[in-house]
Amino acid sequence: MISGTLSAMTSRMPAVVPRYMPLLLLAAGWEALTRTGLVPKAALPPLDTVAIAWYDLASSGDLWTNGVASMTRGAAGLGLAIVCGSLIGVLMAWYKPIRVTVNPIVQFFYPMPKSALIPVMVLWLGFGDASKIVLIFVGCLLPITLSAFNGARGTEEVLIWSARSLGASRARVLWEIVMPSALPELLSGIRTALALSFVLLVSSELIVARQGFGYMIGWLGDGGAYDAMFAVVLTVALLGFAADRLYLMLMRRILVWRE
Amino acid sequence: MASDQAHIVIDRVSHEYRPARRRPVLALDDVSLAVGDREFLALLGPSGCGKSTLLYLVGGFLPVEQGAIRVEGRPVDGPGPDRGIVFQHFALFPWKTVTQNVLYGLEKKGLPREERLRVAQEFIELVGLRGFEDSYPAQLSGGMKQRAAIARTLAIDPSILLMDEPFGALDAQTRSLMQAELLRIWQRSRKTVIFVTHDVQEAVFLAERIAVMSARPGHIKEIVEARFDRDDPELQRSRQFVEMVDHVWNLVRGEAILAERSGAA
Repeated sequence: MISGTLSAMTSRMPAVVPRYMPLLLLAAGWEALTRTGLVPKAALPPLDTVAIAWYDLASSGDLWTNGVASMTRGAAGLGLAIVCGSLIGVLMAWYKPIRVTVNPIVQFFYPMPKSALIPVMVLWLGFGDASKIVLIFVGCLLPITLSAFNGARGTEEVLIWSARSLGASRARVLWEIVMPSALPELLSGIRTALALSFVLLVSSELIVARQGFGYMIGWLGDGGAYDAMFAVVLTVALLGFAADRLYLMLMRRILVWRE
Repeated sequence: MASDQAHIVIDRVSHEYRPARRRPVLALDDVSLAVGDREFLALLGPSGCGKSTLLYLVGGFLPVEQGAIRVEGRPVDGPGPDRGIVFQHFALFPWKTVTQNVLYGLEKKGLPREERLRVAQEFIELVGLRGFEDSYPAQLSGGMKQRAAIARTLAIDPSILLMDEPFGALDAQTRSLMQAELLRIWQRSRKTVIFVTHDVQEAVFLAERIAVMSARPGHIKEIVEARFDRDDPELQRSRQFVEMVDHVWNLVRGEAILAERSGAA
């Protein structure tokens, strides 16, 4: 058992290092460019000063309070979009009247850049959390709805027939057969939405906010504290990456039943 | 077979498919057929002759638009647990394990938990899947998937078993094993079976009566009695059996050629 986990670890280790090697090279290149003076420090501060700035922001608590504000907004908007989008998408696939009503609306708004709604949201909901949460909700809703719709529409007819002949009512079939059939496609739609939620979060906070990562980036940049600004940018990038990896692990767990 | 004592009565049924933006296709043309209680009937015909359509109508998966289908004297109105179905491509719920698949219908029946688990295990063992209770369908071979699907259907104890080319997707060896096993199970549980196939040998080996269907639009061309002693291990090599296969094959042959020429898939 122990030797098994050990060998599993040692066989994984060398796989992880080369996979992220290009990132290390990128960091080294960054450092080299700034150290040799090829790029002015104002445009791109050296990585070590960025690290020091990050440490200062983290120990003062600024990074933490703003981070919590941002992540709460993101989670609330995305969570609402997951619940509503899954329901709307599956119901669109199941009931024709809903499909006929909702589909043209979804099709029309799908390609629209959601960041165009930022001023509208501020006008309606003010400068606080609500405008960001609703923006993220609206932006994430459509990709999730569409993926739930496509996934549910792809439900195999024989699965529905099997369930019905095993005694399931139509309502039960929707919940017990159509929903899980839609799951693989729905989960990848949510992954897209997760990335999109970071985009919408930071861009809305950049434009109007008194708190959050986007607000920090804007405010530090305006004040000329580029090393600290880069520290926040890198923090957001890292969080986005970690969220995506975590989500991927969760998704694989949920979909263990696939080959 | 007098139709008043039959288990399933199909009375002058026609069925038309109306695909979007294409010409409607007449799949079944005036089909009448009675299936007796606990009888094993094969529906045999070339590809595209409408034999699966007929089965789906009996199952209640497609609406009966012309004619009537009665089960135990009552007109068919939608699917129900009195008519279990086994599909060619198994139709197992891929997100459920073997046990969970078998439990599904038992939950709908409202059996208490202990009882459900006991019945599920009994049928998993009946089809020889002991040891694979917690496997997902994707981890099973084709033959094992079909065993699981058969267990799921039998577990809710339907009085009628509808089988839509259930062994058509299996390799030849597995198929012949599964045929023998189906016979064994049927002899024990004695359900009314409608078994759709295009395999003459399979139909003669399994069924007591064979309804031979014509090429599209499908109608019943002839009904052949095939009553053999199925416990005889030499049956498939006996002269009677071989002659019967030959006879039925001659009936189907012409229809298969017609179906081939009309390009029915």
